[in-house]
Amino acid sequence: MKKILSGNEAVARGCYEYGVHIATAFPGTPSTEILENIIQYSEINSEWSPNEKVAFEVAMGATFAGARTLVAMKHVGLNVAADAFMSMSLIGAPGGLVVVTADDPGMHSSQNEQDNRFYARFAEYPCLEPASSQEAKDFIGKALDISTQFDVPVLFRVTTRICHAQGVVECGERQEIAIKGFEKNPEKFVVLPAHAKKRHVWAKKRLSDLHEFANASDLNQVEMADTNIGIVTSGVAYQYVKEAMPNASVFKLGMTYPLPFQAIEEFSGKVKRLLVVEELEPFIENQLKAHGIICEGKAFWPAVNELNPDLVREGFVKAGLLKSQASSQEPAILLPRPPVFCPGCPHRGVYYALNKLKATVTTDIGCYTLGALPPLSGGDTCVEMGASIGVGVGMAKAKGSGKGIVATIGDSTFLHSGMTGLLNAVNDQSQITIIILDNRITAMTGGQHHPGSGEAVDGTPAFQVDLEQLCRALGVKNIKHMDTYNVKECIDVIGKEMDSEELSVIITNRPCALYPKDNRKAVLQTPFTVDADKCIGCHACFRVSCPAIKASEEKTDKGKFKSFIDIDLCTGCSVCSQVCPVQAITRIKEADA
Amino acid sequence: MTQTTNILIVGVGGQGILLASELIADAAFLNQEDVKKSEVHGMAQRGGVVSSHVRFGKQVFSPLIPVGEVDILLAFEEMEALRWLYFVKKEGMVIVNQQQMVPPIAVMKGLPYPEDPIQQIRSSIPKVLPIGARQVAKEIGNERVMNLILLGMLSTGLSFDMAVWEKAICQRVPKGTEEINIKAFHMGREKATS
Repeated sequence: MKKILSGNEAVARGCYEYGVHIATAFPGTPSTEILENIIQYSEINSEWSPNEKVAFEVAMGATFAGARTLVAMKHVGLNVAADAFMSMSLIGAPGGLVVVTADDPGMHSSQNEQDNRFYARFAEYPCLEPASSQEAKDFIGKALDISTQFDVPVLFRVTTRICHAQGVVECGERQEIAIKGFEKNPEKFVVLPAHAKKRHVWAKKRLSDLHEFANASDLNQVEMADTNIGIVTSGVAYQYVKEAMPNASVFKLGMTYPLPFQAIEEFSGKVKRLLVVEELEPFIENQLKAHGIICEGKAFWPAVNELNPDLVREGFVKAGLLKSQASSQEPAILLPRPPVFCPGCPHRGVYYALNKLKATVTTDIGCYTLGALPPLSGGDTCVEMGASIGVGVGMAKAKGSGKGIVATIGDSTFLHSGMTGLLNAVNDQSQITIIILDNRITAMTGGQHHPGSGEAVDGTPAFQVDLEQLCRALGVKNIKHMDTYNVKECIDVIGKEMDSEELSVIITNRPCALYPKDNRKAVLQTPFTVDADKCIGCHACFRVSCPAIKASEEKTDKGKFKSFIDIDLCTGCSVCSQVCPVQAITRIKEADA
Repeated sequence: MTQTTNILIVGVGGQGILLASELIADAAFLNQEDVKKSEVHGMAQRGGVVSSHVRFGKQVFSPLIPVGEVDILLAFEEMEALRWLYFVKKEGMVIVNQQQMVPPIAVMKGLPYPEDPIQQIRSSIPKVLPIGARQVAKEIGNERVMNLILLGMLSTGLSFDMAVWEKAICQRVPKGTEEINIKAFHMGREKATS
């Protein structure tokens, strides 16, 4: 049966068809929909773990016990799981393990664009790279076969364009495979130095076996055509190559580590000129060069940003293989539309207050990172998950005081990797202020549950960690609560704690305005409206950066746009009405609503 | 590669763009075509610029449309039509919803919204179909079916049977809203030919 599936849906479908028993993940764009779709298959035991390291460890235990397992994360998530990822190399994956890394070339929704194929080489794991939704499904089966055959985790590298692009996929039935069970073997599973030394020799032999496998594997496909030019490529870059150079000979790598050097040498011997087209780093190119295979790549294609059909074509023009196409049109330089907080977002009041208070704000990863953008401009540093607290403590040490320094961190990020930072802040007797933006959900990635949301992966009730009790247990004495829909309260509470010489944690109280879906009714209140007669066009309300507040077609006498509120978008949170200097924004009377 | 049909759907987050692009992909799939569709999730959903590429034909390689190869640009907002215009073939078609959404940041910084975008589009692509889809949707009684009106207009530029479109719509829209969505779709078709 054929279906239209995104790459992520296809990975999930592959898990179903090829008998995966257990799947774990921490949400992160562009990987999130993999586990979201796996959850729909009741045959697979799935969980949202609190972070990627835990997800990886649960997956590791599952495959140690003989289960077919998949763990999914975004590229930077693998940094969090890297300790487990590296050391597992000496043990292996007896039940089969696929590690999905969803890389984000072009940084559509990420803080960097690291090329995670290097992790495969670092840990000496095979790396598979599908080039379409169909391959995203099929390769899961092949990855599991390699994993069990060689007793090795397989790095499954997808990119944003593979994850989120949709294509036609031929689907099949599920194969049921029995879970083998854990077989005690301390020399394998306990990596004490004495054991690990022997295991490293074993792992090197495994790598050389994988090299041999790569040369014969049908994961790599040769398409011989015009022999003047041969192109080695992988992933979505293959699709752009086919578009730009339909007649060239192509060596399509489905497995980019270890490389099939022998097969590529053979291909290279048949073509006059060898080019490598790959997204991001010259991962393939440099290995081929080190192996003595003459080729060109990054001389023509950038090592930054994502590729597209036009950039790939341009590279062939630079290489002298295609003629430049005179473009009739140029992209117009137009007003940007920066992403903003949703209407009713509980973060709005916090960042408005932080801006007013001129705080130094170390912020973190989540929707609330947007609070750093103008006009809210309420964030000064953001690096990686959980960094806000440690960075705030470090800044306070350098400054000699924690006064005026505020770390902002979401509930999901706090539970992911903020707790150890807080423990350290207490131990250090730091004076900074920490705001936990508790909206009860992992919101940025589309509303996934975590240990603070009170629901399990399937939506059934589950243990809900109490953030205040947790902070107290970590040693925080001064804990405050704050209603983020009340701007004055935000300014007062944060202002007081910023000036205090004690470490303080402020926990906010409003749920996400979007998730879970049935919460929407709890969020929605009677909308507000702008009295055009009163509006003076000062745009103070624009400073809260709400998509429901727009420029009216009506102007003031001085020619300034007045404001108006789109009542279909307004959730009635009232934040804009509190910042209007002339009280022109009021709640619609129930009778008119 | 010339047999591939390329449709680019653009607008502002929250306008119903993704449903429209899903319906085009579904219709092409029901019509036995190879289909690819690409858009980016994440940041773009928070009130930012949204674009969705839909391509179909005998065999489609790239999920992204190359610049200058768009057959139909379906724009939900006037400035967004201008932003993506460089993707459109000279002989291509632009369907543009007559709606101007001024970004608040532009108002605060005193940056001007482009002057008469539809006229600017006409100066480079002759085939332009403007429509006040929001008003038409209001007449039908639900502003949210604006995307189906625009889709109905677009359908006149493609050769799929009406049964294919209706099946695609009924499969995808929420239960109970089939009738109003199909009505909106037909309204769009009428507007395109009138």
